[in-house]
Amino acid sequence: MSVSSATEVVDPVPGAGAPHLPRQPDLVQLLTPEGERVEHPDYAIDLDDQQLRELYRDLVLVRRWDVEATALQRQGELGIWASLLGQEAAQVGAGRALQPGDTAFPTYREHGVAWTRGVDPLHVISLFRGVDNGGWDPVATGFNLYTVVIGAQCLHATGYAMGVQRDGSETAVLAFLGDGATSQGEVNEAMIWAASFSAPVVFFCQNNQYAISVPLERQSRVPLYQRAAGFGFPGVRVDGNDVLAVLAVTRAALVAARDGQGPTFIEAFTYRMGAHTTSDDPTRYRLASELEEWKLRDPIARVKAYLSRSGTADQDFFDAVEAEADELAVRIRRGTTEMPDPPGTAMFDQVYAEQTPHLAAQQAQFEAYQASFGEASE
Amino acid sequence: MSTQTLTIGKALNLGLRRVMEDDAKVMLMGEDIGRLGGVFRITDGLQKDFGEDRVVDTPLAEAGILGTAVGLAMRGYRPVCEIQFDGFVFPAYNQIVTQVAKIHARSRGKLAMPIVIRIPFGGGIGAVEHHSESPEAYFGHTPGLKVVAVSNPVDAYWGIQQAIAHPDPIVFLEPKRRYWDKAEVDTAATPDPLFASRVVRGGDDVTVLAYGPMVKTVLQAAEAAAEEGRSLEVVDLRTLSPLDLDPVVESVRRTGRCVMVHEAPVTLGLGAEIAARITEECFHSLEAPVLRVGGYDTPYPPSKLEEEYLPDLDRVLDAVDRSLEY
Repeated sequence: MSVSSATEVVDPVPGAGAPHLPRQPDLVQLLTPEGERVEHPDYAIDLDDQQLRELYRDLVLVRRWDVEATALQRQGELGIWASLLGQEAAQVGAGRALQPGDTAFPTYREHGVAWTRGVDPLHVISLFRGVDNGGWDPVATGFNLYTVVIGAQCLHATGYAMGVQRDGSETAVLAFLGDGATSQGEVNEAMIWAASFSAPVVFFCQNNQYAISVPLERQSRVPLYQRAAGFGFPGVRVDGNDVLAVLAVTRAALVAARDGQGPTFIEAFTYRMGAHTTSDDPTRYRLASELEEWKLRDPIARVKAYLSRSGTADQDFFDAVEAEADELAVRIRRGTTEMPDPPGTAMFDQVYAEQTPHLAAQQAQFEAYQASFGEASE
Repeated sequence: MSTQTLTIGKALNLGLRRVMEDDAKVMLMGEDIGRLGGVFRITDGLQKDFGEDRVVDTPLAEAGILGTAVGLAMRGYRPVCEIQFDGFVFPAYNQIVTQVAKIHARSRGKLAMPIVIRIPFGGGIGAVEHHSESPEAYFGHTPGLKVVAVSNPVDAYWGIQQAIAHPDPIVFLEPKRRYWDKAEVDTAATPDPLFASRVVRGGDDVTVLAYGPMVKTVLQAAEAAAEEGRSLEVVDLRTLSPLDLDPVVESVRRTGRCVMVHEAPVTLGLGAEIAARITEECFHSLEAPVLRVGGYDTPYPPSKLEEEYLPDLDRVLDAVDRSLEY
């Protein structure tokens, strides 16, 4: 298949008219790009006004964090940043579907999920600044560390879920992956294991259409959610820019997992509106018109439209969220620029639970070498 | 009463049983390890006694074994993974090197990885390709992993228990062609530490180092050398990462000569590291360069050639002669 087929315009169903967006009823949608609430035969959601406003607040704050981080990278404060722009609804929806006892296994782009798990944005930023290889406490937050090797975390999630099963715990595990990762052997192994052991794990795939520059067509001849059938568990495609639908679909899958019904594969159909990372140049592999089409399906604009139209929120609320976002940006900026470098000896810390005599000697050598400069300058 | 005659295979089996009785978090995972008891029968009878949740017949996917072991370790379990043959560890190499080895450091110690990776290694059994490899250098080169190799039933019995109890990930190498070698094992004794090398034969003329299956070969060579009036000191390294070189350094300072023997190809093998370290530590005592006896730098050959490929008694003695001639 050629790239051009990826940009072909399909039927202009409301909210599903532009490139890539599949026709109904393949796609679970509860809030259209225009901000209209619609019903779906299999998935329902009933949120009160406060909960709806909270979701909007999450989306706005997560985007502001992301925009600020991209700016910090451009100014040389971060080594790199993997932007989630356009994927806020997929991540906030999935993250808010988790119960406190559940555990998430992210890739390296799940800042929105990190937000819902209470991870401090500055801890995530410390990784991209090069201060840390991890950054937060995965046990206390129930949000595992970012995994950079594509798809490796899907096996960790599955193994963790096997442990949950053995513990008799009624919690579930949410494994994140992207469209490119579905080509990885380890991801396929994870789905085989999850199915064979009926592990309480949900595979949440954000299909953002590109693996850096390579379009989905190079990864799969079939829609990704249909792959699940081959592994023997349900697959569902949800509008990844619709926070309500993502929340409803993920909640249902997690409930099934907790009930012992085994895994589900969720394909959140979305779009990476920014670059793969700040080192990438998407103008080399995709058309500007495609981005323009997806801007019309912005995950935040539709929630705002719905909140306004339904009278769930007024201008004061929107202004307050905006002010909070400004404060967050200031905190992130200040926290980043003031973040100290780690001491040189940090690289020796925790290589082992029981450090070896050899490494201890190497560390002592390093310290003596470093100290020799201090002595020389005195 | 506590002393039994055991093969290495049976000693491992008993060691695993004992640790599973003591710690309910210990799980065995691998291909064919349950109902069949493993292709070498190391886990024989354990699934029957400890159940399918603790002795898991896994899908045929080595990355899956290690990757799910990572998740189970995060959940507080102590997975013991069997890799059926040395040459099959490579599909799991990514998980071992990028995840198992690094998660403790990445999480600043919040996540422990007490995973044991059991690998029957080395040649000498007339097998087809990929069943006779010595992959230890790949793992010894990886920070975050520890690597041990057992050579006898006593170390097999205790070593597997010590490895499972240890908080760091350990590649545990089992000398597959010696699985049927027997020795007296006192199951009430106090074992030697896991990360310690051991002088297994005293001598004055040349220090010969080996581990795993080559320890027996080198001891036979020392026996033959003695008949010719040459006294070899033999050290079983036992721990390959970290190395415990104190007894080696003490020995080489005395003998002035050192021969390193392993089945793995010599180039960038463990012998290269040891030669460098001995040169640093014993420079003024050395009468000859550290010599290496190992596999040739070829793919492991078809089994009709493996006797030529593998170090044997004569090649060890040849190196001893060369060392003494300096």
